Amino acid sequence: MTQDSNAPSRRAAAIEASRARALARSPMQSLRHGAIQSLPFLLVMVPFGMLFGVVATNAGFDLAQTMGFTILVLAGASQFTAVQLLTDNAPLWLVILSSLAVNLRMAMYSASLVPWLGGASQPARAAVAYALVDQTYALSIDYYQNTPRLSVAQRLGYFFGTAIVMCAAWIFFAYLGATVGRAIPDSVPLDFAVPITFLAMIAPALRSLPHMVAATVAVIVSLFLAGLPAGVGPMIAAILAMLAGSATEVWQMRRSGGRA
Amino acid sequence: MNYSNAEIWFTILTLGAGTFLLRYSFLGAIGSRPMPQWFLRMLRYTAVAVLPALAAPLVVWPAATHGQTDPARLAAAAATLIAGFVTRNTLAAIVAGAATLMIGFYLS
Repeated sequence: MTQDSNAPSRRAAAIEASRARALARSPMQSLRHGAIQSLPFLLVMVPFGMLFGVVATNAGFDLAQTMGFTILVLAGASQFTAVQLLTDNAPLWLVILSSLAVNLRMAMYSASLVPWLGGASQPARAAVAYALVDQTYALSIDYYQNTPRLSVAQRLGYFFGTAIVMCAAWIFFAYLGATVGRAIPDSVPLDFAVPITFLAMIAPALRSLPHMVAATVAVIVSLFLAGLPAGVGPMIAAILAMLAGSATEVWQMRRSGGRA
Repeated sequence: MNYSNAEIWFTILTLGAGTFLLRYSFLGAIGSRPMPQWFLRMLRYTAVAVLPALAAPLVVWPAATHGQTDPARLAAAAATLIAGFVTRNTLAAIVAGAATLMIGFYLS
């Protein structure tokens, strides 16, 4: 990474060019760009959404309840958690707490967007909050960090571009799964759409030692704590991983004499 | 399932409201107030901390195999990570993972 910044490489020139393009986009063009860049995620959103519709319907939820989850909660992992625990006849407080625990990461996403979107209007921030899912977050934060000088309007445009595609697909395909999805053969391993998406989202972001340290700590601690109730282990693992990542960053900074 | 329609809707509405509040928490309440440096530094690692933590148990002990470690799924996860790391492209990573999983299923 230090080599990249010292010797102007073709890669650095490409990054500079993509920054210039990002800054030149109007908010509307940013929205379009966000929508286009989220299209690859449809490859996982489509089967994942359908899978929820199929699973919820097979578990005995009617169409209104399935769509209630999909539209009002709008969070895949926690919807699956809730449906699973309700199928097991768990007490309602445990269903709600466990499913909310799975979503605790959203508070961290919310916090990490403050430096970029904190200046937006109240309704805009509420709309962002509604549509803040793993994919819209991961795409947007990457876009913001690559081009820090974007205006708030450009940032919002990009976010809503990703949100329109991702949320509409999630809702539409959950509906499709709930109504016609029984035709998917059981042999198709749809369950693996979830971890594949998560890994595919973070692998390109492993661009520095602190990022790699954070991801490694997350995996090890999460596996170690797998016996805890749903969502608790990953939560503890994520907090330790964030501490490990920032500690590594500080250590690197000190070693190179204050230069990041 | 032994729940009434009202109990299920209570769960949906509570979960929906709670999830929105989690998402709105910092963005809504804190607004543009400046945040401390150490906090911002930690937040840089949110995505690379949370997503692998969620994925790891799903990869090693998949629910679909009742928690049995499955070589095809392990290979698919490894292929996803490697392809994503090398190409820096999410779509390439997903395609590599899905293709590996399909090949693994075909072989087993």
